[in-house]
Amino acid sequence: MDFGLSDEQRMVVETVRGFVENELYPLEAQVERDGELPLETGKAIQRQVLDMGFYAPNIPEEFGGGGLDHLTFALLERELGRASMALSVWWGRPSNILCACDAEQRERYLLPAVRGDKMDALAMTEPDAGSDVRGMKCFARRDGDDFVVNGTKHFISHADVADFVICFVATGEDQTPRGPRKRITAFLVDRGTPGFEIRPGYRSVSHRGYHNCILTFDDCRLPAGQVLGEVDRGFEVANTWLGATRITVAAMCVGRARRALDLALDWAASRKQFGQTIGKFQGVSFKLADMATEIDAADWLTLAAAWQLDQGLAADRPIAQAKLFASEMLARVTDQTLQIYGGMGLMDELPVERLWRDARVERIWDGTSEIQRHIISRDLLRPLES
Amino acid sequence: MKVLVAVKRVIDAYVKVRVKSDGSGVETQNVKMSMNPFCEIAVEEAVRLKEAGVATEIVAVSCGPQQSQETIRTALAMGADRGILVQSDEALEPLAIAKILKAVVDKEQPELVLLGKQAVDNDFGQTGQMLSALLGWSQATYASKIQKADGELTVTREIDGGLETIKVKLPAIVTADLRLNEPRYASLPNIMKAKKKPIDTMSPADLGVDAAPRLSVVKVTEPPARQAGVKVGSVAELVDKLKNEAKVI
Ligand SMILES: Cc1cc2nc3c(=O)[nH]c(=O)nc-3n(C[C@H](O)[C@H](O)[C@H](O)COP(=O)(O)OP(=O)(O)OC[C@H]3O[C@@H](n4cnc5c(N)ncnc54)[C@H](O)[C@@H]3O)c2cc1C
Ligand SMILES: Cc1cc2nc3c(=O)[nH]c(=O)nc-3n(C[C@H](O)[C@H](O)[C@H](O)COP(=O)(O)OP(=O)(O)OC[C@H]3O[C@@H](n4cnc5c(N)ncnc54)[C@H](O)[C@@H]3O)c2cc1C
Repeated sequence: MDFGLSDEQRMVVETVRGFVENELYPLEAQVERDGELPLETGKAIQRQVLDMGFYAPNIPEEFGGGGLDHLTFALLERELGRASMALSVWWGRPSNILCACDAEQRERYLLPAVRGDKMDALAMTEPDAGSDVRGMKCFARRDGDDFVVNGTKHFISHADVADFVICFVATGEDQTPRGPRKRITAFLVDRGTPGFEIRPGYRSVSHRGYHNCILTFDDCRLPAGQVLGEVDRGFEVANTWLGATRITVAAMCVGRARRALDLALDWAASRKQFGQTIGKFQGVSFKLADMATEIDAADWLTLAAAWQLDQGLAADRPIAQAKLFASEMLARVTDQTLQIYGGMGLMDELPVERLWRDARVERIWDGTSEIQRHIISRDLLRPLES
Repeated sequence: MKVLVAVKRVIDAYVKVRVKSDGSGVETQNVKMSMNPFCEIAVEEAVRLKEAGVATEIVAVSCGPQQSQETIRTALAMGADRGILVQSDEALEPLAIAKILKAVVDKEQPELVLLGKQAVDNDFGQTGQMLSALLGWSQATYASKIQKADGELTVTREIDGGLETIKVKLPAIVTADLRLNEPRYASLPNIMKAKKKPIDTMSPADLGVDAAPRLSVVKVTEPPARQAGVKVGSVAELVDKLKNEAKVI
């Protein structure tokens, strides 16, 4: 067993960290203040990352991407996680699921996404179907070779800057002993398709400037060529390609937690009360010890899950454990950081309150903590149940 | 033209350096190490010279412990073609490094050697000059601009209160100053290519160099802590203090 980084991994980490600190941190205050990033600033970040050959690092080299393995990609996400998501979204990592494109779709979606010519978003969630994704109401009926879609998606991240959206839509229903079960199909839907609208969503307390959107389908006609993967097999496509997304959530949590810890350490070592630096009080120093320990634990869980995926081993449980622990760890670490800062921690002069706010969504999106616990416990109990 | 670039592994410029409790040096355990920022500028300049079709091959050399290999890899990821590690676990002084670099130059026969103007660890600022003397080559230190013409370089130097432009004959030694360029981020393809680029490892003895120290460190201390300032109650008091205490007006 080897817990060290290879030279390439070390350089990836150093390069991304350098970029995040020098190019992205200075833009954060503006994003927090305005609640958005000017499009041209986003495009400029994108241009820089393209020039560095670091765009689409997760996509295989045969499609023009960086071809990183899951472990190295997790290391990259960890460093990106330090920065505001309104900024890091422009370091394009097209959804892996686009690798399911057929030859013709590749030219229209995957390759432009890898080149930075098109941005993708991914839509599963609906107002009445969150954790219970299969309960979705958005429905596509067959009409000759076409599909006609009606319904609504919400909470769809960065669809405001997306050129197309990978949408999961019900295309039928099977009767099973446990009741009706929807068949789901994945579609590639272009912005501007008649009957398809991308509207502003809600204002979120987490990740200012990284917007979520509402998508509406009103008799939206999609030719069969827009189906990603096979009809009725949308969840199979998702399960094949989207497992790794949860690792990226975990990895980003770890990076952000390390930034919080760095801030906490700085403050503990410089803020004086009662004639000494507050880090000298055990009430503060033991917090720091627990924070560092938890962050390392989450880091190793995350990297180990990525490693399992790279080895082709079953990784659903390790990924769920990493996502669960890292997102809950981030909540504790940012809360303790804020506590160590005292009143100043709440003030928007410093990045602490932002890290604390941003942490909140991580326990909800990409599968809530409760859903992760379902995945983990089901995996534990299934072999024991008759 | 073949270019040799010297790169040094130092404590990262953004790390808060701590003096060891016995005053024998600074703490390096568990401290982030990086390429000396001025060496990075030197590598960047070499890569730009290559991109401009002026340089044909870039060889990155580092003298230091085994881990200096990481520093060489970083140079390779920025665009250097191959590396040489002269491995030594002893602390190397500027003169020892200059002698080692001279031996490498004798072997490699570059036309230009680029170095940082100084390393941010000990701030000696001597290696380039010593190397130039040992080789009998022209030198242009503190460079903020380099242009090549036939058999010579035109170098703009940063000097007190201004800029000085000089011409030096090749082969030459040039040391890089802060404003020479802004080093690039290593690209992902180059990071991946770097592992396939060769690094030769040798010792000072292999090069016939006696790298034994000539200096001994007597004591290392923290800089004195800055004294807290004072608040003044009025402009009149400020003017009074500037006049009578600070004696600056
Ligand atoms: C900012 C933001 C961005 C998002 N971006 C996207 C996106 O880009 N694309 C996309 O498709 N979705 C996106 N989502 C949706 C996200 O994945 C869902 O919010 C998440 O799956 C939870 O669904 P819900 O919010 O409807 O909560 P619900 O599913 O209604 O859950 C409410 C509560 O009930 C609990 N619960 C539900 N079922 C169970 C159960 N069986 N056992 C125990 N507890 C249960 C949940 O854990 C939760 O605590 C985003 C959400 C947010 C907030
Ligand atoms: C919104 C807001 C409104 C406020 N309104 C008022 C007001 O109207 N009037 C007023 O006078 N004040 C007010 N305050 C100030 C408030 O009472 C202080 O913020 C609080 O006393 C903590 O002080 P501090 O923020 O300077 O943190 P610090 O005292 O610097 O504490 C920083 C951290 O060190 C810890 N710490 C400090 N000493 C020790 C120790 N000996 N052992 C262990 N841990 C220690 C603290 O618990 C904290 O975690 C307000 C604060 C806020 C945020």
